[in-house]
Amino acid sequence: MSDLSRRKLIISGLAATAGVGGLGVAARMAQKYGLIPPDHGGLYGPGETLTYASQRVLTRHSLAREFPQSKISHPPLTNEMPPLNDAYKRLQAGGFADWRVLVDGIVDRPAAFSLAQLKSYPSRKQTTMLQCEEGWSYIAEWIGVPLSHVLDAVGVRPQARYVVYFSIDRDWWDSIDMADALHPQTFLAYGMNGNELPVGNGGPLRIRLPRQLGYKSIKFITHLKVTDSLKGFGKGSAAASAEDGSYAWYAGI
Amino acid sequence: MASLESVRVAPGASVSSASAVPATTVTSRHSALVRVTHWITTLCFFALLVSGIEILISHPRFYWGETGNVLTTPLFKLPIPASRNLVPTGYGYVLPDQNGWSRYLHFQAAWVVILTGLLYIISGFFTGHFQKNLLPSETDRSWRAFSTVIAKHLRFARPSQAEAWSYNVLQRLTYLFVIFVLFPLVIWTGLAMSPAFVSAVPATVNLLGGQQSARTIHFFVSVLLVLFLLVHVVMIFVAGFRSRMRAMITGPAGSDMERT
Repeated sequence: MSDLSRRKLIISGLAATAGVGGLGVAARMAQKYGLIPPDHGGLYGPGETLTYASQRVLTRHSLAREFPQSKISHPPLTNEMPPLNDAYKRLQAGGFADWRVLVDGIVDRPAAFSLAQLKSYPSRKQTTMLQCEEGWSYIAEWIGVPLSHVLDAVGVRPQARYVVYFSIDRDWWDSIDMADALHPQTFLAYGMNGNELPVGNGGPLRIRLPRQLGYKSIKFITHLKVTDSLKGFGKGSAAASAEDGSYAWYAGI
Repeated sequence: MASLESVRVAPGASVSSASAVPATTVTSRHSALVRVTHWITTLCFFALLVSGIEILISHPRFYWGETGNVLTTPLFKLPIPASRNLVPTGYGYVLPDQNGWSRYLHFQAAWVVILTGLLYIISGFFTGHFQKNLLPSETDRSWRAFSTVIAKHLRFARPSQAEAWSYNVLQRLTYLFVIFVLFPLVIWTGLAMSPAFVSAVPATVNLLGGQQSARTIHFFVSVLLVLFLLVHVVMIFVAGFRSRMRAMITGPAGSDMERT
């Protein structure tokens, strides 16, 4: 073996060791700072992890663009959706007076909130875009209570990592990390364009996450669960793996 | 300009020697880095194209400005069926929805092609690849040189042996346009559609006039890239498929070995 090839071998060996070691350190740092999405495994894990990690760093304090009232889309679009179930229809017949949102999981004071209670909290408005993964979009004024306010009321424990939110339609649920759950523009929205939130847009209550695509803004919210792991929630509209769910868990793209 | 002249003379010498010596000792037409990044980009481009079309057919309508949906007037519609019920297309059926894996694949391929592109661009500036191989030489920067090349192309003339070792002015300008205009533009318009990215860098979308404008430009730039690909492949067949493929895969050019 000539000197040159030996030197090459040693250098590439060192580089490979440094590379593997560097990746290990990077992975541990990413885990520590919450930069690994739950669907990091599988064929598309690397791409999802790069997107999530880079955007978590880039968007830590950023706010979704807000628009002047003149930009509100008229008429507002109502997306197609599965037929509403009997439980929903009963509550609708009662004017949603009995609508409850249960907030439980790793919290100090689990509680069920009525719409009236949510409306008694300081209400906030945002004129933001709802952007569907299909390609269409509309702008509306959303009225609601920041999710962080509700989470403060129940006392989230420090080990919390995700908030899972369920629709009244049992198979329709999704989840977000605490960075998005506590973001000032993440709302439990009960109003739209100065009125009650229409049924077609998720009334009486939907979650609004203007920094992610529309499919994360689930309609007809009845249950929020604070958790440290997404395991065991089963298949959902966007379950935490490419195999179980159809779409990416993180939809900030 | 002495360095450019010498570069342009050297290939001729290599070509004449190529017929005498085995292919393995012939200098590479393209550097290993150019060859590797070329094929990774090719693979990613097809992944992005197929997944992009899958995503597109869920809403084959385009708008200008900030918002657009089935209730607003489109800039134009593609006369194809859609993969969602929501869109009135005039067709009596709905295509299967493949957005799940398409979206995963689209963004994964985007990452790979961006990282590959960065490697190519950075190394290209360090090795002088752009100045040497892509920037038109001073003698070629004239309308006469330009029109000669275009006339040759229109006649579908087979390139000379020297051209197996160097790009003509039209090729150079096209590659520069694809590398420094179309690819950056498709990345920019892609990022402008990301609600999270634009929350951090709103100018990305505001400069384009809105999120739907970004989507429309993204579509047109993709069409231009596909046109480039088609012409690129046709020209490879005109120039000699085997020699050009060999040059981009294993390195040596030697167009005179084409018929062996």
